[in-house]
Amino acid sequence: MGAEIEISNLSVYYGAVRALTDVSLNIPEHGITAFIGPSGCGKSTLLKTINRMNDLVEGFRAEGGVTVGGRDVYGGIDVTQLRKRVGMVFQKPNPFPMSIFDNVAYGPRTHGVRARAKLEAAVEKSLRDAAIWDEVKDRLRRSALSLSGGQQQRLCIARALAVGPQALLLDEPTSALDPISTSKIEDLVTQLKAEYTIVIVTHNMQQAARISDRTAFFLLGELIEHGATEELFSMPSQKKTEDYITGRFG
Amino acid sequence: MKDKVMRAVFLAAACVCIVCVALICVFLFVNGIPAIGEIGALRFFLGTRWKPGQGLYGIAPMILGSVYVTAGAVALGVPTGVLTGIFMARFCPARLHRLLGPAVSLLAGIPSVIYGFFGITVLVPAVRGLFGGSGKSILTASVILALMILPTIISVSEASIRAVPVHYYEGSLALGATHERSVFSAVVPDARSGITAGVVLGIGRAVGETMAVVMVAGNQPIIPRGILEGVRTLTANIVIDMGYATDLHRRALIATAVVLFVFILAINLLVSPGSRPAAK
Ligand SMILES: Nc1ncnc2c1ncn2[C@@H]1O[C@H](COP(=O)(O)OP(=O)(O)OP(=O)(O)O)[C@@H](O)[C@H]1O
Ligand SMILES: [Mg+2]
Repeated sequence: MGAEIEISNLSVYYGAVRALTDVSLNIPEHGITAFIGPSGCGKSTLLKTINRMNDLVEGFRAEGGVTVGGRDVYGGIDVTQLRKRVGMVFQKPNPFPMSIFDNVAYGPRTHGVRARAKLEAAVEKSLRDAAIWDEVKDRLRRSALSLSGGQQQRLCIARALAVGPQALLLDEPTSALDPISTSKIEDLVTQLKAEYTIVIVTHNMQQAARISDRTAFFLLGELIEHGATEELFSMPSQKKTEDYITGRFG
Repeated sequence: MKDKVMRAVFLAAACVCIVCVALICVFLFVNGIPAIGEIGALRFFLGTRWKPGQGLYGIAPMILGSVYVTAGAVALGVPTGVLTGIFMARFCPARLHRLLGPAVSLLAGIPSVIYGFFGITVLVPAVRGLFGGSGKSILTASVILALMILPTIISVSEASIRAVPVHYYEGSLALGATHERSVFSAVVPDARSGITAGVVLGIGRAVGETMAVVMVAGNQPIIPRGILEGVRTLTANIVIDMGYATDLHRRALIATAVVLFVFILAINLLVSPGSRPAAK
């Protein structure tokens, strides 16, 4: 089953407040799509609508269609299965207060893996895929909270990968990190795109330009423009997009 | 100037506290320790017979009594209390919470003599009917104490679960975990130190409780051989004999209080500042 994400005529409300207005967007497989736009324009809202983390918010309501791999996200789908297929990494690294091993094993255990050997294999593979294995392989039993911020964020990516998702939603994954950790995560994300559908929210224009294949620009809850990253940054078709990416506002 | 005056006032207030504790300690130890010496430490702590008329002052039955009754209260009260706390923090519908919250507070405010009455009129007959015997037993006292420590354990557990940052919960959900799994596997572990503090506070209350226990425990100063037999706790021993004890008997009771005091002190040291929920 594919993991293409299709959003059609989506409007999202928090109580009486409309956070997204009539957004239509295709997010293709095996590529990186960046969401950019000023604070409060609805980037996180759209991300959390895709894996239904918005269900937690009281007064949340979505109109329109969201499908992942052709399946309607808001039509009788098993939410835990959806979230298993669509992983998420948060802005602030949030490893659980337990060992590094248990953090990565959390997802597989949640989905029923009990055998020690299987867990160990899954943990090692995920940590390798997240490019953090060499840094933590000697201290898997130590608390995850003893890692640096950048390591914690890569651990969170490993934790998300361990579930075996097809898509990854990253909400400003590097905004709390130093340049070196940031470039590690950028490299990592670039490698992961071969196997995953990746969406990344970022406030960093260079980052979007560097790593993404496609970019979508949002303003006040509306999708202003989207397309191939190179084109959007070199020849934006909308004045608002140009103003934003050249730093004239936002 | 005004600053200095205020500081002096605060300092004085703080000193009153410390002086009170110090005075109680001095009173207890000055009267109690010599009594232990007089009776003989071994015969006091390990003696199995408490017969002041014959000069026998062994408090082993009372030490065991306190331990058994407290252990029973913990076995019944801790799982119930912790689960209720978890329920109230993360599963309870708001409307039910408006009922449960005040109920738990009220439970905490009920005077212990009323728990005792409840024990005598409801629990003792129930235990007698179910298991035979007099009905006044370790089991009965444990049930009453479990009820009495519930509010502490519930409210501390609930508060420490509510204090866990929401991003642990969200992180777990995002991995495809259910609400239940997220609460029990990602949220509760982080609240563990707070919950432990609540449990220890509850144990402290159970060890120190007197009135309700005296009313339902039977109070025989004999080492019990089963949970349906009566027991006398350290606290009960003091309050039962205090009215008429004189001389060495009286000082033996103060020595009993020393033992109780040391128990409570040890329990409080277990919840050292580092593991208190407020310090997180
Ligand atoms: N839980 C919520 N309840 C009510 N309104 C919310 C909630 N979350 C977001 N909003 C509103 O929805 C709008 C979009 O917010 P969102 O978090 O999606 O913005 P964003 O583009 O991610 O911003 P940022 O770049 O600052 O992260 C904002 O107006 C915000 O106030
Ligand atoms: Mg955001």
